[in-house]
Amino acid sequence: MHDVYNFVSGPLVWVAFIVFIAGSLYRVISLIMLVNKKEKFIFDYMSFKYSLRSIIRWSIPFATVNWRKHPVLTVVTFAFHICLIVAPLFILAHSVLIDESWNISWWSFSDTIGDIMTVIVIAGSIFFLIRRVVLPEVKFVTSASDYVILAIVAAPFITGFIAYHQWFAYPNMMIFHIISGEIMLMAIPFTRLRHMLLSPFTRAYMGSEFGGVRHSKDW
Amino acid sequence: MIDSKSWDWETSEKVIEFDDWKNKFKWVEEPYASPDGEKIAAVVNVDEGEFNVCVNGETWENTFDKVWYLRFSPDGRLTALISEMGEWTLAVDGTPWEDKYGYAWNTMFSSDGKNIAVAVQQDMKYSMAVNGIAWKQTYPNMTNYTLSSDGSKTAASVQVGEFDSGEIHKFQEGAYTAALDGKAWDTKFVNVWNMAISPDGKSLAAEVRLNLYDYTIAVNGKPWDKTYTSVWEPIFHPENNTVVAPVRVEGKWAMAEDNKLIWDRRFVQLWNQVFSPDGKKLAAVVAPSYGKWTVAIDGIPWKVTFRDLVTDLAFSSDGERLAAVAKEGETWKIVVDGKVWNNTFDMAWKPVFSPDNQYVASRVEKKGKYTVVLNDRVWSHKCEAAWDPVFSPDGNKILFRTIENGNYYRRIMPVTELAG
Amino acid sequence: MSEPAKKEQEKVVDQGIDVGIARLTEDKIKHTINSVIKVETGARLKAYVETCIHCGLCSEACHYYLSQGNDPKFSPVGKVKQTMWEMLKKKGKVSPEFMRRAVEIAHTECNLCKRCAQYCPFGIDIAYIMTVVRRIIHKLGITPLYIQDTAHSHSVTMNQMWVKDDEWPDTLQWQEEEAQAEIPTLRIPLEKEGADIMYSVIAPEPKFQAQLIYQAAVIMDVAGVNWTMPATPGWDNSDMAMFTGDNELMGRLKRSHFETAARLKVKKIVMGECGHAFRSVYDMGNRWLGWKMPPIPIVHAIEFYYELLKAGKIKIAKKYATPVTLHDPCNVVRGGGLEEKARYVAHAICEEVIEMHPNREHNYCCCAGGGVINCGPPYKMKRIKGNKVKADQLFRAKTDGAETLITPCHNCHSGLHDIVTHYEIGMDIKFFGDIIYEAMEKPGAIDG
Repeated sequence: MHDVYNFVSGPLVWVAFIVFIAGSLYRVISLIMLVNKKEKFIFDYMSFKYSLRSIIRWSIPFATVNWRKHPVLTVVTFAFHICLIVAPLFILAHSVLIDESWNISWWSFSDTIGDIMTVIVIAGSIFFLIRRVVLPEVKFVTSASDYVILAIVAAPFITGFIAYHQWFAYPNMMIFHIISGEIMLMAIPFTRLRHMLLSPFTRAYMGSEFGGVRHSKDW
Repeated sequence: MIDSKSWDWETSEKVIEFDDWKNKFKWVEEPYASPDGEKIAAVVNVDEGEFNVCVNGETWENTFDKVWYLRFSPDGRLTALISEMGEWTLAVDGTPWEDKYGYAWNTMFSSDGKNIAVAVQQDMKYSMAVNGIAWKQTYPNMTNYTLSSDGSKTAASVQVGEFDSGEIHKFQEGAYTAALDGKAWDTKFVNVWNMAISPDGKSLAAEVRLNLYDYTIAVNGKPWDKTYTSVWEPIFHPENNTVVAPVRVEGKWAMAEDNKLIWDRRFVQLWNQVFSPDGKKLAAVVAPSYGKWTVAIDGIPWKVTFRDLVTDLAFSSDGERLAAVAKEGETWKIVVDGKVWNNTFDMAWKPVFSPDNQYVASRVEKKGKYTVVLNDRVWSHKCEAAWDPVFSPDGNKILFRTIENGNYYRRIMPVTELAG
Repeated sequence: MSEPAKKEQEKVVDQGIDVGIARLTEDKIKHTINSVIKVETGARLKAYVETCIHCGLCSEACHYYLSQGNDPKFSPVGKVKQTMWEMLKKKGKVSPEFMRRAVEIAHTECNLCKRCAQYCPFGIDIAYIMTVVRRIIHKLGITPLYIQDTAHSHSVTMNQMWVKDDEWPDTLQWQEEEAQAEIPTLRIPLEKEGADIMYSVIAPEPKFQAQLIYQAAVIMDVAGVNWTMPATPGWDNSDMAMFTGDNELMGRLKRSHFETAARLKVKKIVMGECGHAFRSVYDMGNRWLGWKMPPIPIVHAIEFYYELLKAGKIKIAKKYATPVTLHDPCNVVRGGGLEEKARYVAHAICEEVIEMHPNREHNYCCCAGGGVINCGPPYKMKRIKGNKVKADQLFRAKTDGAETLITPCHNCHSGLHDIVTHYEIGMDIKFFGDIIYEAMEKPGAIDG
């Protein structure tokens, strides 16, 4: 058991981070290189001002027509995504790990906040799952991969939540938690979770076209 | 070319009143000056539905129901498209051609001005007419009219297959071809577009589309054996009759001569190619990269590029120099041998080289006033209208044709006076 | 353009599709799809497909989806799923029947209005994906008959309606003569080199609606504009090749248009009240030719009228009294930002302007644009049923008091005419030019 734990919390972490970072860089760089190779004209229309205008606008809840049209979804999706990114970074237990491993003192929030955020991510995942099953326009375009990526995202939070509360076999749960987190990281560049990497680019391009050429709003 | 030796290169200024024409007629349309500058002419409205042409204050003998497209032939004859009793033809110095048509349009002149051609339609049948004589053959549709440089030959895209509106598959089998002096090629194409007649008048080359996807150049009805995703207008080499056209290869444009790619470089855009008079150089408007325009000579682009437009390429007579007009934003510029003049304009016309190729002059407009610029020095006169400057055969003098303060002026000035 | 009234056929018979499909082999389909995707697309398609999280948030942007009882088959992403996703997933190995459905979707169930691009959190351009599908359709030779015929007309005549070279100047001279009965000194100056403005129109104007040229000439004349119209091909700014995916032909048409303006040495091109033509000259055709922006500035009629009214070059004698509502065409509003100028014009010429909702860049599409109406009578009812939401929107505007519907776009005009007639909304449809012509002072006119 200890061997497994040492492996998943040691070398595998490195592997996960390397795969995540290298894979992400590969995705972004290869995309830009592809633009350069085949659609070079896009660079001529990219505008820093309008890219930012679009990204910021869509990053604010209820700032766009569509966010306002879907208030529940808007609240859930913003809460979900914020917690998804923030919780792993500042959960106390992670902070302690970072301190122990590299002797870096890392800011963290209280266990309660961490717990709440975890619940939000889990609840968000359930919300998205229900949405996929219930709403016809979502169901129609849902494929197996959509459930898989939802599971990949939810897994580290569910396992983390269980492990933290030590409801089941804690050591096993810890291992599951670590592995699922590593899977999620590694999956980002290689599944449609890469919307995390690419959406700023699509948003920026559309923002530039709408702002700089079409003199219109893209929200 | 026009021999301008016999023109008056001595009298420094001649004036013809122009503005007072407006008192004589209901309205006076935009004026045209003759190549030698001796005449100023305009279409005038005499009365309701009655038009005439006024030349140096005198009208033509007869009025017409409509007069339009007033143009001087390079040899100084004045032509206009006219209609009488619902029929149309061309009038030359006031005399209509004997043959009348359902419609006549698109006047073209040979470079010496001796031959004049128009497109004509009679009873919905189309043909070309040169000096009043129409082709024997007619076609149900015709477009892309072409006159050889000496005016001895005419050509056009003509419809030779029948199809009704909506018969798309019949259309796609090919219903068009090109006709030289009325005689259609045997081969049918889906489309035939711009064409050129060889200097010896024996060959005709045209852009063709073989189906909806494959483009090439056809010469005398025979398509090149290689096809491209697109092509632009072909031209003939002035000496050796080869055909040169831009072709699209793998998403970029290349220059082809008799179906062989001749320039190393590929361009985002490539068109308006022109040979130097001796045929030794080939220049074209190019976009070396997206949104950047310039001129390439023998495939090598000028370093300077422009955002919007490059147009009006003009070679010097020895082929050593090249001038063009360029546009960026609202600013029009003159570029000579890759160098941009300091003066900029609201509009600029095709540059003209002096016979010794030392001087370049161009008609330009700024803030609604017209003038002439020569070697980047702007003539001080601000005119209501101006025509292209003309150099004397010895290159020492320049002819200005302008309208100032309501009068038409023909001025001869030593080139050095403006060049400084 | 409008189309002949014709009863909808039970099953759509479209020779363009049927004959084309019969000639297809699975090999040809596979080869064509893969070659278009491999050779002609790049980062955009890749990023759009890979970024899409299948959230369905684009659905409510689409008038087809909203009008068809929220049928997910009509949602923007639903259309991508039924076309491009399958093509990519199966690496081009799709059947002729699949392609038939793809033609229906790409050509008659999407107006390329780009409203969905404003609803996608990631800014995915589904209209672009649909144009790639149309490009594949073009390459396979299965484009619907009517629009293909229009593209053929473009290829021969450089205009959309088989208007022959002589018919064009002849029509202009006829309209000039007609207008001279009202303003005796009025001219439609042909081939006037060095004029400030070249006025360009779409071919349905000389073909069916010559009075629009008459009206424009009156406006130009009264405003004292130094303008011209070309007597040669290149006068037509319309472009169905852009919508059939025949990009090479699109480029040829736009080159002809811009080179005509350059030859005439004009400073600007002013275009009539057409939307798709604006798209074609402003950010489609010019780009294919390598021009980042139009080489000679394009001024849409809305902007032109705005400038004339603002500068007092045309004065309104009596404002149009009937309450109006304004339909924002996608290509000049979402595609050109002219919504406030359109409102300035509307308020300047009309007594009362009642907004429809949604409006401006969020307005619902007319369901005619994007080449859909140009696919002809077989799809007329689909177009009308596919836009019930527009009818509802117009009904609400009518309830608010609007009796006249202004739409500065030809496609919108024809499409909305069908909507207004079918749903019995009872609204007059007008161009800005119709109302300006009616309401303006005409100092030189015989009766004025």
